[in-house]
Amino acid sequence: MPVILHRIDDRMVHGQVVVGWGQPLAVGFIVLVDDTVAVNQWEQDLYRMGVPTEIQLYFATVEEAARDAARWREDPRNGIVLMGDVRTMDAYCRLALPVARVNLGGIHQKPGRTQRVPYVFLSPDEFAVLEGLAARGSIVTAQDLPSSVPIPLESLR
Amino acid sequence: MSKPPRGIVLAHGSLASALVQEAERIGGVIGVLTPVSNAGCDREALGELLAAALGEGPVVIFADMPCGSCYFAAMHAARERSDIRVVSGVNLPMLLDFVHQGALSPQEGAQRAAGKGVEAIRQA
Repeated sequence: MPVILHRIDDRMVHGQVVVGWGQPLAVGFIVLVDDTVAVNQWEQDLYRMGVPTEIQLYFATVEEAARDAARWREDPRNGIVLMGDVRTMDAYCRLALPVARVNLGGIHQKPGRTQRVPYVFLSPDEFAVLEGLAARGSIVTAQDLPSSVPIPLESLR
Repeated sequence: MSKPPRGIVLAHGSLASALVQEAERIGGVIGVLTPVSNAGCDREALGELLAAALGEGPVVIFADMPCGSCYFAAMHAARERSDIRVVSGVNLPMLLDFVHQGALSPQEGAQRAAGKGVEAIRQA
């Protein structure tokens, strides 16, 4: 059970993740998978300041995350694996064990993207990547908070 | 005499606008505080919004929480410039005091604002 959420959120570690999901789900650890932050100590220190002491925050590159995925899934604590974009999630899913559910938690407006729900904007390419994840067995849904109703990928077309 | 710092209130949703509006209405000082919202922004977009609001000259950024996208954007900005200071946990009393402290440096302004903000938190 341990990793209870695989989330794409371009704000990465922020209130909605730490408090909105972290508190009701009694999260014990968060893994931020980001190749840039994983090698930037200053960024890591900043993110650590935003996380309560009862939640352990880990940083990993995609390769490191894929290598450690099995260990996190065996961790007795509830965990969140967090990534900033669709491509990173796709790379992680190709390298790591299959991910049963992919949560789209916050992907904001950028050129080339269109709004699918108020907190998810996707380009056609990103949508195709998510369709690929779904074709490989992941259930992809948009859901900003645990109290929201999950919206299936097909409804985001 | 050095230029007094402006204040930027950086917060979730409509919180920044509401705080600035009420600080101006109660304190009677207009133009010292600028609201910036993170609504609809990813990290990059929020950084650009904040950079546009910062302009030149000393600034104290008041972020709503000591974590999250607003605080991170503020800390990134402060890392780039020595005339920017960050105070988290913004509240109305600290803003009301800040708008009347024109002669302070950003460092002094931030220190005083943080003190005033803490001072205002009481339980009865």
